[in-house]
Amino acid sequence: MNIEELIETEQQERERQAGLRNRILCCSVAGCTAAAGSAAIRGSIEAAIQEQGLPGEVEVCGTGCLGLCGHAPCVRSANLNETYHDVTAADAPYLVRGDRSRFEGRTVRDTDAFYAGQCRVVLENAGRVDPERVLDYIAAGGYKGLLKVISEMTPFEVVEEIKKSGLRGRGGAGYPTGLKWELVARQESPVKYVICNADEGDPGAFMDRSVLEGDPHRVLEGMAIAAFAVGATQGYIYVRGESPLAVERVRTAIRQAEREGLLGNRVLDHNFQFRIDVRIGAGAYVCGEETALIASIEGQRGTPRPRPPYPPEKGLWGAPTLINNVETFANIAPIIRKGSAWYASMGTAASRGTKVYALAGRIAKPGLVEVPMGTPLRTILFDIAGGVPAGYAFKAAQTGGPAAGCIPAQHLDVPMEYESLQAIGSMIGSGGLIVVDNSVCMVDLARFFMEFCMDESCGKCIPCRAGTVQMHDTLDRIIKGRGSEADLDLLAELAGLMRATSLCGLGMAAPNPVMSTLRHFKDEYLAHIHEHRCLAGSCTPREEVALV
Amino acid sequence: MRVRTLEIDGQMMTGAPGESIFNVAWNNGIHIPRMCHLGGLTDVGACRLCLVEVEGQSRLLPSCMTPVREGMVVRTNTPALQKHRKLIVELLLAERNHVCAVCVANGACELQDLATSLGVDHVRVRYRHPQCEVDLSHPRFGLDHNRCILCSRCVRVCDEVEGAHNWDIGHRGTNARVISDFGTAWGDSESCTSCGKCVQVCPTGALFSKGASVGEMRKDRSFLKYIVTAREKHQWIR
Ligand SMILES: Cc1cc2nc3c(=O)[nH]c(=O)nc-3n(C[C@H](O)[C@H](O)[C@H](O)COP(=O)(O)O)c2cc1C
Ligand code: SF4
Ligand code: FES
Repeated sequence: MNIEELIETEQQERERQAGLRNRILCCSVAGCTAAAGSAAIRGSIEAAIQEQGLPGEVEVCGTGCLGLCGHAPCVRSANLNETYHDVTAADAPYLVRGDRSRFEGRTVRDTDAFYAGQCRVVLENAGRVDPERVLDYIAAGGYKGLLKVISEMTPFEVVEEIKKSGLRGRGGAGYPTGLKWELVARQESPVKYVICNADEGDPGAFMDRSVLEGDPHRVLEGMAIAAFAVGATQGYIYVRGESPLAVERVRTAIRQAEREGLLGNRVLDHNFQFRIDVRIGAGAYVCGEETALIASIEGQRGTPRPRPPYPPEKGLWGAPTLINNVETFANIAPIIRKGSAWYASMGTAASRGTKVYALAGRIAKPGLVEVPMGTPLRTILFDIAGGVPAGYAFKAAQTGGPAAGCIPAQHLDVPMEYESLQAIGSMIGSGGLIVVDNSVCMVDLARFFMEFCMDESCGKCIPCRAGTVQMHDTLDRIIKGRGSEADLDLLAELAGLMRATSLCGLGMAAPNPVMSTLRHFKDEYLAHIHEHRCLAGSCTPREEVALV
Repeated sequence: MRVRTLEIDGQMMTGAPGESIFNVAWNNGIHIPRMCHLGGLTDVGACRLCLVEVEGQSRLLPSCMTPVREGMVVRTNTPALQKHRKLIVELLLAERNHVCAVCVANGACELQDLATSLGVDHVRVRYRHPQCEVDLSHPRFGLDHNRCILCSRCVRVCDEVEGAHNWDIGHRGTNARVISDFGTAWGDSESCTSCGKCVQVCPTGALFSKGASVGEMRKDRSFLKYIVTAREKHQWIR
């Protein structure tokens, strides 16, 4: 495909879709397909279309995550601008007919708070595009960003544009993306690599997986633009093996893009070459750390190595390597298409753009939401996601999984952006948000995350390998009513050691959930220690020793 | 070759470009604690004992893997570093079963020496007392996992100097173990050449020669320098 053909294809597919009476889009990412059988529903809709004699007029296809994962499966009716949840196969004829009365109480309109409160950039194609059809992506303006950089821009201009957008890495650390690209672009090397980090492994997080499953071409396009900007010819997507559907979708997308000449030896018939291969991780959390990920792609044991040198200097096989998160790449094409000024107009001064959050735990509408950076936590949880179900009270939200901290009720109005969260001892992390209600013991929660880190520690460095074990053991003792105040000092000392001396971010961040619960919920720790009592009533502290 | 001039613990020193802080300090009589580093093997920066403060850097840096730079100001022994090192050694002592009184390497153990020099007179964290295996399947050597600190020196010497790559690290976290071949018994290894280099570089009594009794094992590391000098400089000197 060359440039003219791309534009022509876009026109044709748009016209075809405009000619349809309706398009029914069934969520086809793992949450809906696995748990709730949206594939079967799609079959029934197909049958209903035949029955009502509407083939060619009404079309059914898959699409990316519609956001209401707690009420799967979700189906969207494009012409009515409505999304229905908890759909069953029996609903199929009504969907095809466009009979809205059937879905009373199960309808979310685009104007309802759940969608109207959001600002979708990364997820803009969810509910519009079939992830398995490249034509759909093209009709939605896809690959226009790539076209623009190849035909109108120099690599230097692309880097400048990303720098101006203020985009920061969405993988956790929030490093300015443009600066990272510049570092790689500046390296003089005949071989460079672009890697997409799709190893997402924090408990409760599924943003990256949903993007790959729901809109894989967007990530490929972002990577290709990055490759153009930094001068790379080979890319890798490192996906964890636990997301087989994501692997399949990405592979399909790569095949389609290669066939259409959007990836390969001459991208869009220009003198630009870029290929992407998939590498599958075996499900170790630490392999999301960039140097461990690189070791894993090289076929080595997936353990981190000290940085510097950072991957932009010495990465995959010693070559300069750009490594970004899935969501980071997913933001690239819209920034190029609509301009950095548009992107920078969203969010706050230090954190531009939007962020996708995966909501889980005690919340009315668990699922995916995307809001501008700096949106108060209260808005996300209560206005958009419907708040905490009746009968429960909000206690805290855990952000960023095992690496971050909790946000207690008194900080509900904190703007969700990098710096504000840091100030209250938490961080955005990758975007997981787990809502905790009053029945959950915070010491127990801290122990849960410490157990996760203990199990996922690679074992290379001593502070993390042995420190996580000791911290977990100490928390366990406190929960069982056998702790003392000296144990709190020990926790603080171990935390200090791990933060200062661990080799990688896993060990450095592992103490965060403990220290943040200690900061905001010290009374719960003290009640376990002094009164052998759990304030949340969820653990039974003193296991009395049976007297025989 | 232009030398690099830097300050370590208040002393001015010079080092070659690319040389590590650890080496330059060592050559000038400042012995930074270490466990995974061993001259002649590539560095991995795993034990975190050699971390130092470098002015202008927010994080501590592993001196074994940080090349010297012109004008660097390094502190190797501040109270904060001493505190960290002490706790790291305590964590190591508590992690497996380090019972000096019954160890072949008693008196010639780097872990023991380090604990003494850092003033570790007791361990504040709880002993884990894990049940670890002892592999005695090799005719000449033994591997006692109870005393292993996972420094990976054996892995590197076997791979880089002997070229056999019998050893590697298997499993992860606290369950990580040094493994022979693909986790078979050492005696069944197809790659081991029985050269004994791993035994000599092991800092503790984890790898030992059979026949040595308590406190009898003495390790000889001079061979490593000999081989590496020969290889790199083509000089056959002891
Ligand atoms: C233990 C650990 C796990 C990580 N897991 C992930 C992950 O699953 N996905 C990801 O994108 N980044 C992860 N990171 C961050 C990466 O190391 C790296 O910073 C990131 O991929 C850079 O991309 P960005 O600049 O686009 O954020 C992890 C870091 C650590 C320390
Ligand atoms: S901090 Fe933990 S995960 Fe990271 S290198 Fe050290 S042991 Fe491995
Ligand atoms: S000697 Fe430098 S980290 Fe172990």
